[in-house]
Amino acid sequence: MKIGIAVFPGSNCDYDTYYVVKDILQEDAKLLYYTETDLSDFDVVILPGGFSFGDYLRPGALASKTPLAKAIVDFANKGKYVLGICNGFQILTELRLLPGALLPNENDKFICKRQYLVVGNVSTAFTNKIVKNDIIKLPIAHHDGRFYAPEDVLNEIESNDQVILRYVDECGNISQEANPNGSVNNIAGICNKSGNVAGMMPHPERISEDILDGLDGLKIWHSLIG
Amino acid sequence: MVYNKSMKTKILIMPKEAILDPQGRALKDVLTEAGFDVEDVRIGKVVEIESASPDKIKDIVENYILNPLIEDYQIL
Repeated sequence: MKIGIAVFPGSNCDYDTYYVVKDILQEDAKLLYYTETDLSDFDVVILPGGFSFGDYLRPGALASKTPLAKAIVDFANKGKYVLGICNGFQILTELRLLPGALLPNENDKFICKRQYLVVGNVSTAFTNKIVKNDIIKLPIAHHDGRFYAPEDVLNEIESNDQVILRYVDECGNISQEANPNGSVNNIAGICNKSGNVAGMMPHPERISEDILDGLDGLKIWHSLIG
Repeated sequence: MVYNKSMKTKILIMPKEAILDPQGRALKDVLTEAGFDVEDVRIGKVVEIESASPDKIKDIVENYILNPLIEDYQIL
Protein backbone atom coordinates (compact mmCIF):
# COMPACT_ATOMS: atom_id res chain seq x y z
CA MET A 1 0.00 0.00 0.00
CA LYS A 2 1.44 3.38 -0.96
CA ILE A 3 0.71 6.04 1.62
CA GLY A 4 1.39 9.74 1.12
CA ILE A 5 1.78 12.08 4.10
CA ALA A 6 0.98 15.72 3.41
CA VAL A 7 3.51 18.37 4.46
CA PHE A 8 2.28 21.93 4.76
CA PRO A 9 4.38 24.78 6.15
CA GLY A 10 3.75 24.35 9.88
CA SER A 11 2.83 20.65 9.86
CA ASN A 12 4.63 19.08 12.81
CA CYS A 13 3.34 15.51 13.06
CA ASP A 14 4.36 14.73 9.48
CA TYR A 15 7.57 12.88 10.37
CA ASP A 16 5.96 11.02 13.29
CA THR A 17 3.29 9.77 10.89
CA TYR A 18 5.88 8.97 8.22
CA TYR A 19 7.91 7.02 10.79
CA VAL A 20 4.90 4.97 11.94
CA VAL A 21 3.82 4.14 8.40
CA LYS A 22 7.31 3.28 7.18
CA ASP A 23 9.08 1.77 10.19
CA ILE A 24 6.27 0.37 12.33
CA LEU A 25 3.75 -0.65 9.68
CA GLN A 26 6.45 -1.34 7.06
CA GLU A 27 4.38 0.25 4.31
CA ASP A 28 5.57 2.35 1.39
CA ALA A 29 5.51 5.94 2.68
CA LYS A 30 6.25 9.20 0.95
CA LEU A 31 6.07 12.81 2.12
CA LEU A 32 3.97 15.02 -0.16
CA TYR A 33 4.88 18.71 -0.22
CA TYR A 34 1.93 21.10 -0.37
CA THR A 35 2.69 22.07 -3.97
CA GLU A 36 2.29 18.45 -5.17
CA THR A 37 -0.62 17.82 -7.57
CA ASP A 38 -0.07 14.25 -8.83
CA LEU A 39 -1.46 11.63 -6.43
CA SER A 40 -1.96 8.91 -9.04
CA ASP A 41 0.55 6.54 -7.39
CA PHE A 42 -1.09 6.61 -3.97
CA ASP A 43 -3.71 4.48 -2.22
CA VAL A 44 -3.98 6.62 0.91
CA VAL A 45 -3.18 10.23 1.78
CA ILE A 46 -2.80 11.27 5.43
CA LEU A 47 -3.05 14.90 6.50
CA PRO A 48 -1.01 15.08 9.72
CA GLY A 49 -1.27 17.25 12.79
CA GLY A 50 0.40 20.57 13.34
CA PHE A 51 -0.28 24.22 12.71
CA SER A 52 -0.36 24.52 8.93
CA PHE A 53 0.29 28.12 7.87
CA GLY A 54 0.48 29.03 11.57
CA ASP A 55 -3.27 28.41 11.98
CA TYR A 56 -3.64 31.89 10.42
CA LEU A 57 -7.21 32.90 9.56
CA ARG A 58 -8.57 29.63 11.02
CA PRO A 59 -6.86 26.26 11.60
CA GLY A 60 -6.69 24.52 8.21
CA ALA A 61 -8.15 27.45 6.26
CA LEU A 62 -5.05 28.37 4.27
CA ALA A 63 -3.86 24.78 3.81
CA SER A 64 -7.24 24.00 2.21
CA LYS A 65 -6.42 26.42 -0.64
CA THR A 66 -3.10 24.79 -1.64
CA PRO A 67 -2.50 22.74 -4.82
CA LEU A 68 -2.09 19.56 -2.74
CA ALA A 69 -5.42 20.14 -0.97
CA LYS A 70 -7.18 20.51 -4.31
CA ALA A 71 -5.55 17.29 -5.53
CA ILE A 72 -6.73 15.57 -2.33
CA VAL A 73 -10.35 16.54 -3.14
CA ASP A 74 -10.08 14.82 -6.56
CA PHE A 75 -8.31 11.86 -4.92
CA ALA A 76 -11.12 11.50 -2.34
CA ASN A 77 -13.81 11.86 -4.98
CA LYS A 78 -12.26 8.86 -6.77
CA GLY A 79 -12.95 6.79 -3.63
CA LYS A 80 -9.33 6.70 -2.43
CA TYR A 81 -8.67 6.83 1.32
CA VAL A 82 -7.96 10.10 3.09
CA LEU A 83 -7.29 10.42 6.83
CA GLY A 84 -6.93 13.75 8.62
CA ILE A 85 -5.43 13.79 12.11
CA CYS A 86 -5.94 16.88 14.31
CA ASN A 87 -4.93 19.77 12.01
CA GLY A 88 -5.59 17.35 9.14
CA PHE A 89 -9.18 16.95 10.39
CA GLN A 90 -9.50 20.76 10.48
CA ILE A 91 -8.22 20.95 6.87
CA LEU A 92 -10.75 18.30 5.73
CA THR A 93 -13.66 20.27 7.22
CA GLU A 94 -12.37 23.48 5.61
CA LEU A 95 -12.24 21.55 2.31
CA ARG A 96 -15.85 20.39 2.89
CA LEU A 97 -14.71 16.79 2.44
CA LEU A 98 -16.09 16.32 5.95
CA PRO A 99 -19.12 18.10 7.44
CA GLY A 100 -18.98 20.51 10.38
CA ALA A 101 -16.18 22.68 11.71
CA LEU A 102 -13.64 22.66 14.55
CA LEU A 103 -13.89 25.65 16.87
CA PRO A 104 -11.68 26.79 19.76
CA ASN A 105 -12.03 24.51 22.80
CA GLU A 106 -14.84 25.56 25.12
CA ASN A 107 -12.32 26.47 27.85
CA ASP A 108 -10.14 28.34 25.29
CA LYS A 109 -7.09 26.34 26.46
CA PHE A 110 -4.69 24.05 24.66
CA ILE A 111 -5.47 20.53 25.90
CA CYS A 112 -2.74 17.87 25.87
CA LYS A 113 -3.55 14.53 27.52
CA ARG A 114 -4.50 10.91 27.05
CA GLN A 115 -8.21 10.57 26.34
CA TYR A 116 -10.61 7.64 26.43
CA LEU A 117 -12.69 7.21 23.27
CA VAL A 118 -15.44 4.86 22.22
CA VAL A 119 -15.36 3.54 18.68
CA GLY A 120 -18.60 4.07 16.76
CA ASN A 121 -18.93 2.99 13.14
CA VAL A 122 -16.59 0.04 12.58
CA SER A 123 -17.37 -0.54 8.92
CA THR A 124 -15.00 2.20 7.73
CA ALA A 125 -11.50 1.64 6.34
CA PHE A 126 -10.16 3.36 9.45
CA THR A 127 -11.95 1.30 12.09
CA ASN A 128 -12.76 -2.09 10.55
CA LYS A 129 -10.28 -4.02 12.74
CA ILE A 130 -11.87 -2.65 15.92
CA VAL A 131 -14.83 -4.10 17.79
CA LYS A 132 -17.84 -1.78 17.96
CA ASN A 133 -18.06 0.12 21.28
CA ASP A 134 -14.44 -0.76 22.07
CA ILE A 135 -12.90 1.82 24.42
CA ILE A 136 -9.47 2.98 23.34
CA LYS A 137 -7.06 5.54 24.78
CA LEU A 138 -5.30 7.99 22.47
CA PRO A 139 -3.41 11.24 22.99
CA ILE A 140 -5.13 14.51 22.19
CA ALA A 141 -3.26 17.81 21.78
CA HIS A 142 -5.21 20.73 20.39
CA HIS A 143 -6.61 24.20 20.97
CA ASP A 144 -9.30 24.02 18.29
CA GLY A 145 -11.00 20.66 18.67
CA ARG A 146 -14.57 21.60 19.51
CA PHE A 147 -16.51 19.81 16.81
CA TYR A 148 -19.54 21.81 15.74
CA ALA A 149 -22.26 21.24 13.18
CA PRO A 150 -25.65 22.94 12.89
CA GLU A 151 -28.53 20.76 14.08
CA ASP A 152 -29.63 19.56 10.62
CA VAL A 153 -26.04 18.61 9.66
CA LEU A 154 -25.50 16.93 13.03
CA ASN A 155 -28.69 14.88 12.63
CA GLU A 156 -27.48 13.76 9.22
CA ILE A 157 -24.05 12.77 10.62
CA GLU A 158 -25.71 10.71 13.36
CA SER A 159 -28.38 9.08 11.18
CA ASN A 160 -25.73 8.09 8.59
CA ASP A 161 -23.60 6.53 11.35
CA GLN A 162 -20.68 8.81 10.42
CA VAL A 163 -19.25 9.11 13.95
CA ILE A 164 -16.16 6.93 14.37
CA LEU A 165 -14.87 8.22 17.74
CA ARG A 166 -16.49 9.89 20.76
CA TYR A 167 -14.94 11.23 23.95
CA VAL A 168 -15.88 9.05 26.92
CA ASP A 169 -14.77 8.35 30.47
CA GLU A 170 -12.90 5.21 31.52
CA CYS A 171 -16.17 3.26 31.76
CA GLY A 172 -17.37 4.37 28.35
CA ASN A 173 -19.91 6.96 29.50
CA ILE A 174 -20.53 9.66 26.90
CA SER A 175 -20.83 12.46 29.44
CA GLN A 176 -20.22 16.18 29.67
CA GLU A 177 -17.43 15.51 32.20
CA ALA A 178 -15.66 13.24 29.71
CA ASN A 179 -15.92 15.83 26.93
CA PRO A 180 -12.59 17.71 26.93
CA ASN A 181 -13.41 20.50 24.50
CA GLY A 182 -17.18 20.98 24.24
CA SER A 183 -17.69 19.03 21.00
CA VAL A 184 -21.33 18.39 20.09
CA ASN A 185 -22.40 14.83 20.98
CA ASN A 186 -18.82 14.25 22.28
CA ILE A 187 -17.67 13.81 18.68
CA ALA A 188 -13.91 13.23 18.30
CA GLY A 189 -13.83 11.73 14.81
CA ILE A 190 -16.13 11.33 11.82
CA CYS A 191 -16.12 9.93 8.31
CA ASN A 192 -17.85 11.06 5.14
CA LYS A 193 -21.02 9.33 3.88
CA SER A 194 -19.13 6.89 1.69
CA GLY A 195 -16.63 6.07 4.45
CA ASN A 196 -13.41 6.72 2.47
CA VAL A 197 -12.57 10.03 4.16
CA ALA A 198 -12.15 10.35 7.93
CA GLY A 199 -10.93 12.94 10.38
CA MET A 200 -10.10 12.67 14.07
CA MET A 201 -8.69 15.00 16.71
CA PRO A 202 -6.75 12.24 18.59
CA HIS A 203 -3.25 11.24 17.44
CA PRO A 204 -2.93 7.49 16.73
CA GLU A 205 0.63 8.04 15.43
CA ARG A 206 1.73 9.05 18.95
CA ILE A 207 0.75 5.77 20.56
CA SER A 208 1.76 2.94 18.28
CA GLU A 209 4.80 1.51 20.10
CA ASP A 210 5.37 -0.14 23.47
CA ILE A 211 7.97 2.47 24.38
CA LEU A 212 5.21 5.10 24.20
CA ASP A 213 3.15 3.25 26.80
CA GLY A 214 0.30 2.13 24.61
CA LEU A 215 -0.57 0.47 21.31
CA ASP A 216 -4.12 1.66 20.71
CA GLY A 217 -3.02 3.75 17.74
CA LEU A 218 -2.25 0.50 15.92
CA LYS A 219 -5.95 -0.36 15.94
CA ILE A 220 -6.54 2.54 13.56
CA TRP A 221 -3.43 1.81 11.46
CA HIS A 222 -4.11 -1.91 11.14
CA SER A 223 -7.64 -1.13 9.99
CA LEU A 224 -6.26 1.23 7.36
CA ILE A 225 -3.60 -1.05 5.92
CA GLY A 226 -5.96 -4.04 5.98
CA MET B 1 -3.36 54.32 -20.42
CA VAL B 2 -5.86 53.42 -17.74
CA TYR B 3 -4.45 53.67 -14.27
CA ASN B 4 -6.23 51.55 -11.69
CA LYS B 5 -5.72 53.02 -8.29
CA SER B 6 -5.65 50.57 -5.39
CA MET B 7 -8.19 50.98 -2.69
CA LYS B 8 -8.45 49.52 0.78
CA THR B 9 -11.48 47.50 1.83
CA LYS B 10 -12.15 46.39 5.38
CA ILE B 11 -14.11 43.22 6.03
CA LEU B 12 -15.57 42.43 9.45
CA ILE B 13 -15.84 38.72 10.27
CA MET B 14 -17.79 37.61 13.35
CA PRO B 15 -18.57 34.20 14.83
CA LYS B 16 -22.23 33.34 14.13
CA GLU B 17 -24.67 34.25 16.90
CA ALA B 18 -25.44 30.61 17.69
CA ILE B 19 -21.79 29.77 18.33
CA LEU B 20 -20.09 30.03 21.70
CA ASP B 21 -17.14 32.43 21.53
CA PRO B 22 -14.81 31.49 24.42
CA GLN B 23 -12.58 34.56 23.90
CA GLY B 24 -15.58 36.88 24.10
CA ARG B 25 -16.85 35.05 27.19
CA ALA B 26 -13.44 35.38 28.90
CA LEU B 27 -13.36 39.13 28.23
CA LYS B 28 -16.96 39.51 29.42
CA ASP B 29 -16.06 37.74 32.68
CA VAL B 30 -13.09 40.09 33.21
CA LEU B 31 -15.22 43.18 32.49
CA THR B 32 -18.00 41.97 34.78
CA GLU B 33 -15.45 41.27 37.51
CA ALA B 34 -14.14 44.82 37.06
CA GLY B 35 -17.62 46.16 37.76
CA PHE B 36 -18.80 46.98 34.22
CA ASP B 37 -22.39 46.29 33.23
CA VAL B 38 -21.71 44.10 30.18
CA GLU B 39 -24.28 41.65 28.83
CA ASP B 40 -22.26 40.02 26.08
CA VAL B 41 -18.90 40.27 24.34
CA ARG B 42 -18.02 38.68 21.03
CA ILE B 43 -14.63 38.85 19.37
CA GLY B 44 -14.25 38.75 15.59
CA LYS B 45 -11.61 39.97 13.19
CA VAL B 46 -11.10 42.62 10.56
CA VAL B 47 -9.35 41.88 7.28
CA GLU B 48 -8.06 44.83 5.27
CA ILE B 49 -7.40 44.18 1.59
CA GLU B 50 -5.65 46.65 -0.67
CA SER B 51 -6.45 45.93 -4.28
CA ALA B 52 -6.97 47.63 -7.62
CA SER B 53 -9.87 45.24 -8.26
CA PRO B 54 -12.33 45.97 -5.47
CA ASP B 55 -15.06 44.24 -7.48
CA LYS B 56 -13.34 40.94 -6.58
CA ILE B 57 -13.61 41.45 -2.82
CA LYS B 58 -16.88 39.52 -2.44
CA ASP B 59 -15.41 36.57 -4.35
CA ILE B 60 -12.26 36.65 -2.19
CA VAL B 61 -14.20 36.82 1.06
CA GLU B 62 -16.73 34.13 0.24
CA ASN B 63 -14.27 31.70 -1.34
CA TYR B 64 -11.03 32.27 0.55
CA ILE B 65 -11.66 33.98 3.86
CA LEU B 66 -15.05 33.05 5.28
CA ASN B 67 -16.27 29.74 6.68
CA PRO B 68 -20.03 30.34 6.27
CA LEU B 69 -20.88 27.48 8.62
CA ILE B 70 -19.46 29.35 11.61
CA GLU B 71 -18.93 32.98 10.53
CA ASP B 72 -20.84 35.98 9.15
CA TYR B 73 -19.23 38.95 7.44
CA GLN B 74 -19.90 42.48 6.39
CA ILE B 75 -17.87 44.82 4.23
CA LEU B 76 -17.22 47.96 6.26
